[in-house]
Amino acid sequence: MTNAPQTHSPQMPHESGTTRFLRLTEIDPRLLGMLGALLLIWVAFEAYAAFVLGRPSLLLGASQGEANGFLTPRNLWNLSVQTAYIGIMATGMVLVIITRNIDLSVGSIMGMVGMYMGLLQVEIMTPLVGLGHPSLWIVSVVFGIAMGTLIGAFQGVLIAFLNIPSFIVTLGGLLVWRGAAFLVAGGRTIAPMDETFSLLGGGSFGALGETGSWIFAVIACVFVVWAFINGRKSRQKHGFALRPVWAETFVIGLVCSVIIGATATVNSYIWPKGNIEKYYASIGQELPVCAQDNDTIYEGVCASFGHGFAYPVLIMIAVAIAMTILMTRTRFGRYVFAIGGNPEAAALSGINTRAMTVKIFALMGGLAGIAAVIGAARQNSATNAMGQLDELYVIAAAVVGGTSLAGGVGTIYGAIIGALILTSLQTGMVLIGFGDGSYQRIVIGMALVLAVWLDIVYRKRIK
Amino acid sequence: MVDRTGTPLVELRDISIAFGGIKAVDHVTIDLFPGEVVGLLGHNGAGKSTLIKCLSGAYQKDAGKILINGEEVEITDPRDARAQNIETIYQTLALADNLDAASNLFLGRELVGKMGFVDESAMEAETRKIMGRLNPNFRKFNVPVNMLSGGQRQSVAIARAVYFNAKILIMDEPTAALGPHETQMVSELIQELKAQGIGIFLIEHDIHNVMKLCDRASVMKNGQLVGTVNVDEVTDEDILGMIILGKKPALAA
Repeated sequence: MTNAPQTHSPQMPHESGTTRFLRLTEIDPRLLGMLGALLLIWVAFEAYAAFVLGRPSLLLGASQGEANGFLTPRNLWNLSVQTAYIGIMATGMVLVIITRNIDLSVGSIMGMVGMYMGLLQVEIMTPLVGLGHPSLWIVSVVFGIAMGTLIGAFQGVLIAFLNIPSFIVTLGGLLVWRGAAFLVAGGRTIAPMDETFSLLGGGSFGALGETGSWIFAVIACVFVVWAFINGRKSRQKHGFALRPVWAETFVIGLVCSVIIGATATVNSYIWPKGNIEKYYASIGQELPVCAQDNDTIYEGVCASFGHGFAYPVLIMIAVAIAMTILMTRTRFGRYVFAIGGNPEAAALSGINTRAMTVKIFALMGGLAGIAAVIGAARQNSATNAMGQLDELYVIAAAVVGGTSLAGGVGTIYGAIIGALILTSLQTGMVLIGFGDGSYQRIVIGMALVLAVWLDIVYRKRIK
Repeated sequence: MVDRTGTPLVELRDISIAFGGIKAVDHVTIDLFPGEVVGLLGHNGAGKSTLIKCLSGAYQKDAGKILINGEEVEITDPRDARAQNIETIYQTLALADNLDAASNLFLGRELVGKMGFVDESAMEAETRKIMGRLNPNFRKFNVPVNMLSGGQRQSVAIARAVYFNAKILIMDEPTAALGPHETQMVSELIQELKAQGIGIFLIEHDIHNVMKLCDRASVMKNGQLVGTVNVDEVTDEDILGMIILGKKPALAA
């Protein structure tokens, strides 16, 4: 190798400390902006609850039992569960929007898949195999994902091969699938779902628990360290510029702190006493004293009944990792970006852009299928209204997360943070007493427009 | 002098293509030998780009035959063309503006490591090698190509065609967006590729470049071939006459 490994030049002329820090650590300023916005929203809701509504705040020294603001383990845990299915669909919407398309039908696909899945599970399979049979949840999940994928692929074929604009195809889908969701059971609610199946929706039993969550956190941190070392080795091998060691260490430390902090938070949300009672009843032991009152569950043996990461959140994390790998490490991901940047160039490079469109919409449909599984499991029922208006939240999450409607630009982590921001606004408004929907919509609508405007301003500045 | 005794590298025989009743290319036959540069000339809309896109796989011919080394081949999309070692530098450059140089260079032909994941570092290293040869001043490897100058973008597009060992190269006005220095670099590159035995179709408007770079010139007008001449045997006036009047000079080959 002729060229020795270079390091980043220590100081560029006319560079402020912050710019230099961001350049050396290679932290995306937009990521910082999104996280800053998220923290601002959280603190604002907490402050409103504490100072305007006079609720006890954990940050001001209230005990966990009485704290009732935004920043409590209970609220943050619920927030994580509510973010999950929007986040899962938003990762797919990123691909759709990057390739200059839109999918307005995801909420309706979710509703219809949920309905058919519920019917299959409750009214067809249960009489055949009996209550609680393990095939119930497995078949339901496979069926839900497959049905979502097929519907998505069908819409993709209409878009790619009949050249109908995706806006129209999926607007039609929005109406058709919602109508079909109603017709299939005449608007009835299908309930209850299989017990194992409902664990996929979260709840005290549908979570990893304290020990499991710590194991998860350790594995995640080890993986982060491994990924950074691996990336560094690869750069070294080809003689590219390396990040300074302190910058690498800082970023690894930051990511691991977030993982550990999140784990500590979800673990300190203790099961309500009713669920602890159920647990002791199920193992046939006597209920400990601390579980006799909701005020004492933070003491003694009860304190070990932390929720940990809910299953839907784990599913979202798995989806986000898989989608990130897909987008950054595979040819498929490259082609998605290339089609978004210049569809004609992509076609001239031998990329089968039509097949790509079908695959992208199929993937989006499959993710809506996963969201339907989580949604139906969480409600413990299938209703024809499930997922209504969610298409708008999903699109908003992707866009707030930095996906450009002009195509070619977007990230998976951005979409997840976008989903977290929107869900925070939504649940925060409920928490501070503006839960009747109107204020919620006004605030989310304004946040969407504001986020896109800020993004435009930012992009102009870096040019 | 180019040896034209053997089998042509490429033969486009009696090619026709129509768009909604308009004959964009009307029974045109041209050929290309190894180590030869054939200029394609004509007014805008004469059918040059359309004809050549049948060879690069962007369009499909309605009638006629494409022969590579004397054997008939079917080229129905750009992948077929690439499989025949036909590379194209499009007038629009066909770059994905949001991707960096390496991603564009390997677009559709990414290097993958074990487990089928794209090997970004290897692609960047290869890009640095080829760019070091073609445009040694090129430094912007990690920015999207829309941040590059016209000349830099052009060199990315050229690198893409050259990197994959093309045997047949199609260049659609490669110097249109370039300054004098960069134009000179492209001319030198064409000479170098020619010496390696690569056959080049050059679509070009500048008659001086044609006289300088091409061995033969095929002129088209209104979708039809006016004629093919040896550049040595005619004057630039003759060629201009073919382009403007559609008239073949008396001593044409």
